[in-house]
Amino acid sequence: MARIEFQDESAVVIIGSGAGGGTLAHELTRRGIKVVVLEAGKRQSTETFSQVPGEAFLQLTWLDARTQSGDWGVAKNFPTLPAWHCKTVGGTTVHWTAATPRFEPWELRAKSTYGNIPGASLIDWPISYVELKTYYTLAERRLGVTRRNGEPGMPASNNFKVMYAGAKKLGYKRVHTGHMAINSRARDGRGMCIQQGFCVQGCKMGAKWSTLYTEIPRAEATGNLDLRIESTATRIEHGENGRVNAVLYRDAQSREQRQRARIVCIAGNGVETPRLLLLSDSSKFPQGLANSAGQVGRNYCHQIIGFAWGIFDKPVYSWRGATLAGVIEDEVKNDPSRGFVGGYRMELCTLDLPTLPLVGLPYGWGRDFASIIDNYRNMAGMLINGEDMPRAENRITLNRDVKDGFGLPVANVHVDEHPNDRAMRKHAQTQMSRVYESIGAKRVVLGPTTPATHNTCSARMSADPREGVANAWGQTHDIPNLFISDGSAMSTPGAANPTLTIVALALRQAEFISREMKAQKI
Amino acid sequence: MTELITLNRRDLLKTTTGILTGWVVAGTPLALIAPARAWAVNLAAFTSSEGAALMRMARTIAPHDKLDDAAYALVIQAVDADAGKNASTLKMVKEGLASLGADFAASSEDERVEALKKIESSAFFQTMRVKTLQVLYSNPIAYAYFGYEGEAFSKGGYLFRGFNDLRWLPEVPAKDSGPLPARA
Repeated sequence: MARIEFQDESAVVIIGSGAGGGTLAHELTRRGIKVVVLEAGKRQSTETFSQVPGEAFLQLTWLDARTQSGDWGVAKNFPTLPAWHCKTVGGTTVHWTAATPRFEPWELRAKSTYGNIPGASLIDWPISYVELKTYYTLAERRLGVTRRNGEPGMPASNNFKVMYAGAKKLGYKRVHTGHMAINSRARDGRGMCIQQGFCVQGCKMGAKWSTLYTEIPRAEATGNLDLRIESTATRIEHGENGRVNAVLYRDAQSREQRQRARIVCIAGNGVETPRLLLLSDSSKFPQGLANSAGQVGRNYCHQIIGFAWGIFDKPVYSWRGATLAGVIEDEVKNDPSRGFVGGYRMELCTLDLPTLPLVGLPYGWGRDFASIIDNYRNMAGMLINGEDMPRAENRITLNRDVKDGFGLPVANVHVDEHPNDRAMRKHAQTQMSRVYESIGAKRVVLGPTTPATHNTCSARMSADPREGVANAWGQTHDIPNLFISDGSAMSTPGAANPTLTIVALALRQAEFISREMKAQKI
Repeated sequence: MTELITLNRRDLLKTTTGILTGWVVAGTPLALIAPARAWAVNLAAFTSSEGAALMRMARTIAPHDKLDDAAYALVIQAVDADAGKNASTLKMVKEGLASLGADFAASSEDERVEALKKIESSAFFQTMRVKTLQVLYSNPIAYAYFGYEGEAFSKGGYLFRGFNDLRWLPEVPAKDSGPLPARA
């Protein structure tokens, strides 16, 4: 691993080591570019992953204080945890469930497709599907996505058999074990999935793609990566010319350090990325960096998420097997006759016993609540993954009344649901219930909206600089050597789980950065 | 169960103010994994009668009639440990119990539900609710009772241990599923 001097002005500094930051780090270092990655979390491994559910949550999750507001269910049900993502080397690719669908072509043209939706701040992506497709293919090869490029599908689990039978009863056509970044056979130096059902706790087989044990070690092997763990970026500095030139961070001993930089790329997940831009305000940029249009933190999206549990009179043992390996894709379409625009997936899901009553079930206690858990063996599960509407006022802001461990204002997450979100959720819940009822479920229980893992669009790419933070390359409109390199840059959330798109954008951004560096443009 | 026994031995060195005891019911899943028939949880922060009232409260919050008392005792043990570390928690729980009255533990389930509904929004009730859910379902007694098999890596996953053994519905056609590896 490289040791890059604090004063070295030639380095690219990437903040975050997840799907966006980890991939970008590998892509730049293999092109011979010196990279410093600042990762706030510690480094775990397949050996150190805890397989005790509550302990694993504490080991991997970003738990620093945040506040929230708005009328969404998360504010009521999980007041101290608006978002559920990781703080560890590999970022959220450590606890993700590895579903890797692509956006549909029309989803990239959300504004044109859905029209003028009152109360929504929709835009079209500044990238066409044809252009993105090239990078989707590269990303799918990199991740070993099943059902693409000749990779076999995942074998059907018990939980999927239930979903499949119900879906077919309803006449759904696009139902399969999913496009998953999980090895259905040994490949790329990693073993195959042994159906542990502990995807969220970190895959001890390494069968699930994570930058922790793919992109990061490969970047280290180039000799061009300086990965600094337990290093929390607190401010990005700029020079007289308005270009960024250094990142201030706190190291493991809480000491302040300053790393000089030629280019800074932020990949801290959809809440921390805009927070860092806002924390970096200066006399030249009083609203924070890249925020001349006032768009930083706005249009925050999280996707419509919610569980459905079907209770049967025979065992399912839903916890056995890859957590999310199954999908119904027929509702990924724009059909306003359903009462809403945009689409949603129904994805297989299950929760371990300790987590189910805390996260998967609606608030409750008493006989009825306990009777649901009594049926744990006989429960099948799935969740909605749907496109939510961006809104200008759904945003990440600084809460100056609450400070983190370094005395800095924490992020506030504000979400007021759009009527479209509610209509979609209702439709999806009805359909999920019908899937289970059609094959004889005794009861269907609908779960709450959980803390958001798909935090996106809060520093979005836009063709018009007034409508977003970055251009089609994730390069901020205001500052040419400052990049957004995670899901924050997505223009709209779509109905696809975001990781594949984040990786595709990172691959594309790496080409751009390396080209522009060579041309001495940045 | 192992954790119960171990904790007790350590706790015996401290001052004990209360104790919860019970017998493992023969024929229950717990009986298969319990190292001994009798169990006891020593309480440092609460008296025996307070412990008994908390047990009834946990059983009202998450009533699984055939789940052994030992599982609920783990919840009370955790509350006791929290209260031992934090004076304001101790005060909150003691005052909360007092507000429920001395008859709470002996009253019928309907009466207990009624009493708890009245204090549902209190910090005391919510603390007890969350603690009950956190502890009750995350120990070997509950795993055995609910049939949850837990961590699988050390046993080679569920690949050859039933991840696809459901037979009461049709098999998924190969085109929508994927190949199974040959058993080594």
